[in-house]
Amino acid sequence: MPLILELEDEYRAAKKDPAFIDQMDDLWRNYVGRPSPLYHAERMSDHFGGPKIYFKRDELNHTGAHKINNCLGQVLLAKRMGKTRIIAETGAGQHGVATATVCARFGLQCVVFMGATDVERQKPNVFRMKMLGAEIVPVSSGTGTLKDAMNEALRDWVTNVHDTFYVIGTAAGPHPYPEMVRDFQSVIGQEAKSQMQEREGRLPDAVMACIGGGSNAIGLFHPFIEDEGVRLIGVEASGHGIETGQHAAALNGGKPGILHGNKTYLLQTEDGQIIDAHSISAGLDYPGIGPEHAFLRDMGRAEYLTCTDKEALEGFQLCTRLEGIIPALEPAHAIARLGDVCKTMDKDQILIMNLCGRGDKDIFSVAEHLGMEI
Amino acid sequence: MPTSRITARFDKVRAEGRAALVSYIMAGDPDLETSYKALCALRDNGADIIELGAPFTDPMADGPAIQRAGQRSLKAGTKLTDVLALAKRFREDDQDTPLILMGYANPVFHIGYEAFADAAADAGIDGTILVDLPPEEDHELREAYAHHEISVIRLATPTTTEKRIAKVAEGASGFLYYVAVAGVTGSGSADPEDIREGVERARRVSGLPVCVGFGVRTGEQAAAMAAIADGVVVGSAFVDHVRTSLEAGTPDEIPSKIGALAAELSGALADAGRN
Repeated sequence: MPLILELEDEYRAAKKDPAFIDQMDDLWRNYVGRPSPLYHAERMSDHFGGPKIYFKRDELNHTGAHKINNCLGQVLLAKRMGKTRIIAETGAGQHGVATATVCARFGLQCVVFMGATDVERQKPNVFRMKMLGAEIVPVSSGTGTLKDAMNEALRDWVTNVHDTFYVIGTAAGPHPYPEMVRDFQSVIGQEAKSQMQEREGRLPDAVMACIGGGSNAIGLFHPFIEDEGVRLIGVEASGHGIETGQHAAALNGGKPGILHGNKTYLLQTEDGQIIDAHSISAGLDYPGIGPEHAFLRDMGRAEYLTCTDKEALEGFQLCTRLEGIIPALEPAHAIARLGDVCKTMDKDQILIMNLCGRGDKDIFSVAEHLGMEI
Repeated sequence: MPTSRITARFDKVRAEGRAALVSYIMAGDPDLETSYKALCALRDNGADIIELGAPFTDPMADGPAIQRAGQRSLKAGTKLTDVLALAKRFREDDQDTPLILMGYANPVFHIGYEAFADAAADAGIDGTILVDLPPEEDHELREAYAHHEISVIRLATPTTTEKRIAKVAEGASGFLYYVAVAGVTGSGSADPEDIREGVERARRVSGLPVCVGFGVRTGEQAAAMAAIADGVVVGSAFVDHVRTSLEAGTPDEIPSKIGALAAELSGALADAGRN
């Protein structure tokens, strides 16, 4: 607890420090490549025949996803706090790669906890992290998945708190993490809002993103929450289908509970034990959801849809063929629901979807699922 | 209000001029029948207070020994209601040994705080330690406990500041659990002198007995810790006997092994006396 209270104090101070903000802005611009473009996906718009669809191109960021927005902020905070050792959990390896990247940039020791099965499944990212100088700790406790990697990172943190900073990758975990991750990811929504103003001179009618823990979605949603005319639409991964029990849709198929220091919707048994999530996309494979999404859902401000593995594969192919952009399997879930959402909107309306990651990392698993050989 | 079992037990131990032995086992590891025998073995061999672990899939404050114990228990199908039933069975012929349920918040939250409080009181549970429910978040649980004699037992560590101890102490009762090392259960042991000041501060601010745990495995370590603490908590060392007996193919020996360790520890604490 004291470490978390100290983190909160430091974060509050950093947020108000112009030097901290300036350094982050500079790195976002020149190291990450922000602002990411707001792209009018013309053929996709025509295909669905509904609203004008824009993609927020966060897949063009350095390391290929939105994850680095948050890593950069947290690592700068760690440096400010005088911490010399960075730890992180990772599922597919995207957050691990982003964290290892920023640690290499600042010459900080980096240890990444990763479920033992994920280490096997995500060899290219494991190799990337190693090249970047990170130490990979395979986690076989529990069921050896992302949540267990997070448990192990928390255990390491309480043991080594004197020199260690824990960079959590999603908008979950104990306070102040959900707020801090949201703030760092809000750069997505802020940029989108001002780019939309420049391009169209108005607000979009809907913003849409995929949801695992929910960091890219909350980053896009947050600057629009007060704009009541803007629909906020999240898409959860329903894996093989919610009815099969093998899914990652905590809001649509879970119940309120307490895990990793926050109260939110969780996949759990009737006895309050946590169930492993399943999704074709390792990045959505978390049994919980950021607590702010739980709140937005309960108050009726945001809508949360679902998308199966199969539909996500279709979305992946559709975007690739229509726009010449190979998306990650995570945003492919949002792409796959575009058709349904477009039906509820008029031609003169505008929708922004966050294309939060690129699909290079997924080509092997997509090929396997499509029965193609590489 | 009658004196609680916890308070009565600390009074007794203090009168005997020694520190209390607080022992921990995981309920349902490897099955509930063995756990019942182990509880009796602990009581019969000098355990003053017993912590009964409730298994959870994501025990982030526990080291490998208790993690594995929880997995064995879950594999056997143990539910929180089974843990309460085990406590109730033990309580049938033991009215004096305090039973503390130790675990994580979600299974309790899932039953509902009011329903859990009623069931725990009915089972003769004297207190709970829910390691992932900080003082800021446990008011609903405390309200539910208010109708019963169940203590909210909280944790303090060497990194807990004086200001924080006051917050931890507010609403806590029974005793304070002082975590001797920064880390998880079953990790390396602390030098009692390094934490003496922290333990004394915790006792002064809370006005509660302070039990020290994490990393205490042997009679010698327990005796050393007794110099600064009102009670000494031993967990992973008991749980390890379950694992080694299972690995040796002799699960029947679990209660006797656990009893033997309790006898060693309680003997060492009796010899050590108090400062």
